[in-house]
Amino acid sequence: MSERLDITLTVNGEPVTERIEARISLVDFLREQLALTGSHVGCEHGVCGACTVRVDGVIVRGCLMLAAQCDGCRVETIEGVSDAGEITDLQSAFETRNALQCGFCTPGMLLTAHDLLESDSAPSREKIREHLSGNYCRCTGYQAIVDAVETVAMTRSAKR
Amino acid sequence: MKLSDDVPSALTALDRPNSYIGRSVPRPNMGRLMQGRGQYVSDVTLPRMAHVAFVRSPHAHARIQAVDTSAARKAKGVIAVVTSAELSKVITPWVGVLTHLKGIKSAPQHAIAIDVACWQGEAVCAVIARTRAEAEDACEHVHVTWEELPAVTDMETALEAETPVIHASLGDNLTWERNHVTGDPDKGFKDADAVVETTFITGRHTGVCNEPRAIVADWNSGEQRMTVYQGTQAPHMMQNLFAKHLALEEHQVRVITKDVGGSFGIKVHTYADEMATVALSKLLKRPVKFVADRLESFVTDIHARDHRIKAKIGVKKDGSITAWEIDDLTGIGPYSVYPRTSGIEANQVVNLVGGPYTCQNYRARARVVFQNKNVMCQYRAVGHPIATQVTEQLVELAAARIGMDPLEMRRRNLIPDDAHPSVGPSGIKFEALSHHAALAHIDAMMNYSGLRIEQAKLRDKGIYRGIGFASFVEVTNPSAAFYGVGGARISAQDGATARLDSTGAVFVHTGVSEQGQGAEAVIAQCAATAFGVAIDKVRVIMGDTDNTPYGGGTWASRAAGIGGEAAWQAGKALRQNVLAAAGAILQAKPETLDINNGVVVDRLTGNERVGLDEIARVVYFRPDTLPPGFQAEFVVTRHYVPRAWPFAFTNGIQASWLEVDPDTGFVKLLKHWCVEDCGTVINPQLVDEQVRGGVVQGIGAALYEHCVYDERGQLLNGNMADYLVPMAPEMPDIEVGHVVTPTADSELGAKGAGEAGTAGAPGCVINAINDALRPLGAEPITAIPVTPDAVLRALGKI
Repeated sequence: MSERLDITLTVNGEPVTERIEARISLVDFLREQLALTGSHVGCEHGVCGACTVRVDGVIVRGCLMLAAQCDGCRVETIEGVSDAGEITDLQSAFETRNALQCGFCTPGMLLTAHDLLESDSAPSREKIREHLSGNYCRCTGYQAIVDAVETVAMTRSAKR
Repeated sequence: MKLSDDVPSALTALDRPNSYIGRSVPRPNMGRLMQGRGQYVSDVTLPRMAHVAFVRSPHAHARIQAVDTSAARKAKGVIAVVTSAELSKVITPWVGVLTHLKGIKSAPQHAIAIDVACWQGEAVCAVIARTRAEAEDACEHVHVTWEELPAVTDMETALEAETPVIHASLGDNLTWERNHVTGDPDKGFKDADAVVETTFITGRHTGVCNEPRAIVADWNSGEQRMTVYQGTQAPHMMQNLFAKHLALEEHQVRVITKDVGGSFGIKVHTYADEMATVALSKLLKRPVKFVADRLESFVTDIHARDHRIKAKIGVKKDGSITAWEIDDLTGIGPYSVYPRTSGIEANQVVNLVGGPYTCQNYRARARVVFQNKNVMCQYRAVGHPIATQVTEQLVELAAARIGMDPLEMRRRNLIPDDAHPSVGPSGIKFEALSHHAALAHIDAMMNYSGLRIEQAKLRDKGIYRGIGFASFVEVTNPSAAFYGVGGARISAQDGATARLDSTGAVFVHTGVSEQGQGAEAVIAQCAATAFGVAIDKVRVIMGDTDNTPYGGGTWASRAAGIGGEAAWQAGKALRQNVLAAAGAILQAKPETLDINNGVVVDRLTGNERVGLDEIARVVYFRPDTLPPGFQAEFVVTRHYVPRAWPFAFTNGIQASWLEVDPDTGFVKLLKHWCVEDCGTVINPQLVDEQVRGGVVQGIGAALYEHCVYDERGQLLNGNMADYLVPMAPEMPDIEVGHVVTPTADSELGAKGAGEAGTAGAPGCVINAINDALRPLGAEPITAIPVTPDAVLRALGKI
């Protein structure tokens, strides 16, 4: 395999064709090549979840996936999901509940929480904690995050 | 004193018309962070920026015989390969000592190791390349010839004659020793009906900030200025240190701190690789970026809390404590960390043991020793978790020995709330504490008697639950007594500059910094209230040494109590100046006017007179219409430093309710409570979330976190898969309550709140575990982290 290759994909709805190093991870590609710095690099070995992004609608660890694997894929990051207004209610609940402090885990935390609420409209607190179990937050102690996600689950359910 | 639970405190003199004191306003910086629009240092890129990666020692102790860089220099993308010989021409070494820690010694530490590497992970060569990946690739081609030396890893034998001395110039491996005696401990133990004596071990652990340490240094040789983007808690301190060690004037250095991905005390120290990055920028005349990866974070971010404490307590049958004694030993790595030293943690342990209690017979010894492991230094709640665990385990072990309820034991020994000002057993001074009110409050909050009944019922069914407590005191709002008197240029005072813009909004520039605690919101709340505008009219500027008043930054729970008071005073002063202008315009006496919600009003009636936008318009654009001789001053600066007390001690109590599985040794946390007294609560939500986050950080220490070294000084679990941190499923919900005893040292009366949770949680959790295991006849567990293995050993099952 050559050291470089070309990939074509959509990122936050925009078509992107880039020449990449074969070894570059998805999150490094997004941050360094596309300047989408909202996805963060916390551990680079798949534990902390700060690099969480969506590929073809599924949340993945941007540090464990190669950019080369995303040829032809639909990639969405916190920037795109925010601008699309998809998680405005979650962001509002996080703000009201102070469910972030330093904010470094927050993009990954929001995408993971949204992923849960898409599949389960009324998760228990235990279920919320379980679904967020791969997202490390050193600041909050998690309770405020669980509260915020629970609040949004209730308001989204009420609207359905 | 008054009680409150997650709600604003009652109205006080601080409540001006549109007061934000005591209100949970949201933080202004959250929007950008939630949208991925923050600016962390790891996001910063500059034109011509190069990346540095470091070749690090694989050995705990080894002589560097040769460094062959020839192959690395030819590697793809490489700009330079720099060894200590070259780098030491632009940066001088440092020694981490303070004069008020009498006798503390350390050896010169270099940005890149010279001759000898003293811990696994110490940088020995820098590779600078176009990308980080290329720099790391080229590191593989740097060939170091090592002569491995014997590693000093066991703190227990570090001072023995046959143990090699790490720094020959120092003569031995002793960094510092402190001895302290109050009262007559020997008589106290003689008078006791029971003496409990045991040994505590607190496992070495570290901060694991979600964003690793990051720095971009940009030497502009045209301007002769160094701009440093750094994720630091103390921009002005770092400005001073960069200048000092690169032979620059302070005004030639600008430190910019934008968003910081967690700090917890990790990012308030001098790191060799960060100093090297700044020196490399000067050497190469271009921006250089260094971001620690997670693996190098584990071997270079400061570690903390590696202590062995032999301790005893004397107690009478009536529960009164008669004496305390501790012998603390701690291994801090090969260097005392600059500039705060690695002696402060042990010093705090001596200061704080027995702190909440009346017993004044106390003997303490603390010895701090060098070893060939990563350095240790101040981490969130410095020394408090250790001292609190020792004190509170002694109290509960003594209570169990004499058959007394642990809360009753505390009621009989905690310093009475009406006995202040008072002095702790080590001589620490308390202005006003509320131990008994806090205890009564938590007793009610958790329904203690009800829980005891539930616990007894469940035991009959073979379910083992435990209740544990920890009373604590916490050092906040430090005066110059912490560092300044010891010769470190670490500012205890802080300033705020308030400026009225041309439309009636206020800019507040502050020396304190933000890493997520909410300092930006608190500064805005104080300034908005004191001045008299809606909070969305206040913009806070922080984290830039070119554009903020000189200050200490954010550490030791000082941002709200010290920075907040400076902002309060600046807001008041700006109000006076604006009212002087309003008086001139309205032909009224300024003292008859006030500012309410952005409008100048009659003080007595509240009748609106003129908007701030109009005052600003006249002052800035039609000063010709003002009376002759009148000059408006719409920029004011005020500073604040605590003077009456060396520290504003806070206090509180925590309780843990948990279940232990005697077959597997697993601990399930069911509920946690904390009642704390941080004086005036400026923003109840932010205080509560500081407490919750702090508690969970303390739970990490109690149950999971441990930097495990082997006897050769190799860190065995330096990654996030093997080093366990608290994650969401295992954490309990935490209820927070408050007692409010303002400090009289400031008008606001706010004390710090950032470390109370971390201070009390380990002692409280381990007490609950022992409470659960007691009916099973287990040996008391006195070492953290309490792993399932440790529980099974205590039960004699393995």
